[in-house]
Amino acid sequence: METLLGTERLVFSMETPSGADPPDVSTPLPPAGGSILAPAVVLERCATGIEGLDNILGGGIPRGNMVLVAGSVGTGKTTLSLEFLVRGAERGERSLFLSVTESSSKLMLNLSTFEFFRQDLVADGSLLFVDLPSIYDRLGLEHEELLPEEIDILLRTIRDLVRSLGIRRLVLDSLTSVCYRIRRDERIRDFMLRLGQDLNEAGCTSLLVSEIGPQPGRYSLHGVEEAIVDGVILLWNTRRLGDILRVLQIVKMRGTAHSRAQFVMELTPIGILMAPHLKGGRPEGAM
Amino acid sequence: MPGVDLGERLRSLGGGSAVALKLDPREYADHYFAVLNATLRDVGSETDAHTIYVTVTNPASFVWTLAQALDVPLERISFVDAISHIMMNYSNPLPNATYIDSPRALEEIMLRVEYLLRKYPHPRSIVVIDSVNSLAIHNPPELLTEFFHILLNNLKARNVLTLVLESSDDETSAVEQMLNLVVDETIDIARGR
Repeated sequence: METLLGTERLVFSMETPSGADPPDVSTPLPPAGGSILAPAVVLERCATGIEGLDNILGGGIPRGNMVLVAGSVGTGKTTLSLEFLVRGAERGERSLFLSVTESSSKLMLNLSTFEFFRQDLVADGSLLFVDLPSIYDRLGLEHEELLPEEIDILLRTIRDLVRSLGIRRLVLDSLTSVCYRIRRDERIRDFMLRLGQDLNEAGCTSLLVSEIGPQPGRYSLHGVEEAIVDGVILLWNTRRLGDILRVLQIVKMRGTAHSRAQFVMELTPIGILMAPHLKGGRPEGAM
Repeated sequence: MPGVDLGERLRSLGGGSAVALKLDPREYADHYFAVLNATLRDVGSETDAHTIYVTVTNPASFVWTLAQALDVPLERISFVDAISHIMMNYSNPLPNATYIDSPRALEEIMLRVEYLLRKYPHPRSIVVIDSVNSLAIHNPPELLTEFFHILLNNLKARNVLTLVLESSDDETSAVEQMLNLVVDETIDIARGR
């Protein structure tokens, strides 16, 4: 057992009647390096490379999980997703950014302001950017509301991209924009179930960006998305005496124990840093 | 000033110590300069030492002017300035400073310190917080206590020497009582102990 005084075995001593064997009251030790709450099976992790996030996830996102990154404007969804991909590419995990809302060139220009970004990862194909609207055009997906067969084509295209390129990390920015074209709840549910299955089978860990309003209580536009995904990382802005703080909280993550506390997030040139959200005895730290 | 070699005293502190430096408000200017001299020149000039100076009382530009008078080289000191923005004094940012919108953004102070520790890794890192009194003007006591508890424990675990400036002649002040909970020791500059 790890204590402030070092590693020691926790044994309670008891008075026993003369001649009687003392009862075995020693506490079994957890396995070396483990913890008292260690699960029966530890799933393989996809370390995000964002140290604070990996710490509260117990090492990273379980490999193959499909995770919603939900937040309103200016909360850091895209930056978090991009760092997840860059850190993955650095570790030799081929990473793909599927962009719906911003052009790849603009994204890379923004990325270049961060010290963690490496142009060579793009040059050698470890980090790929694809504009989804260009795929829509190429595939002839013209309808404002995608037809079921067009959704099939889109799914098949993503699956083929992931498999043929050996993609291990994928970001879709944003899922909201795709769902806007799918529109119907039952089709969104089906799209997400099939996407999650395809990515999981390919061992691909994914972040799906969800744009939500500043009001609490929802994690997606339709309310369907959060039920399907394996995890939800919620980002929002909170105010303290008028000043805005970016806050992150893991709401859900299948396959791992995780912190449910709130953390303030800072987007620094060397990457995302996190610190506990101070409350000072007040709910939500609000004042 | 009583016969205390503050620089020698601070040099003897191990990494991971958290120390309050108590300045007498009646002799503030003398004590303040003595503290800067001891922290930036005596301790800060040690080989491979790097000082992260969190300033909430005066703008970083003011402290940097004093540091230059003490011949502190630019690469040995970085600032986290949490006061210039709200003082509307942000026109000429220093190259070795990072600026925070408000001294109420306590988490951002923690994160900027963390950022600088990572960006400039040194065997001997020193964090100076100037001062607890200025932070107390802008933050309620419960929040400030939580801030110091988390920050100082984090720095202690990373073997960083933390010096917290405090100006008080009253040992029963709420700020002093709060600080006593989180620091390892207090050095009273006036008394020399």
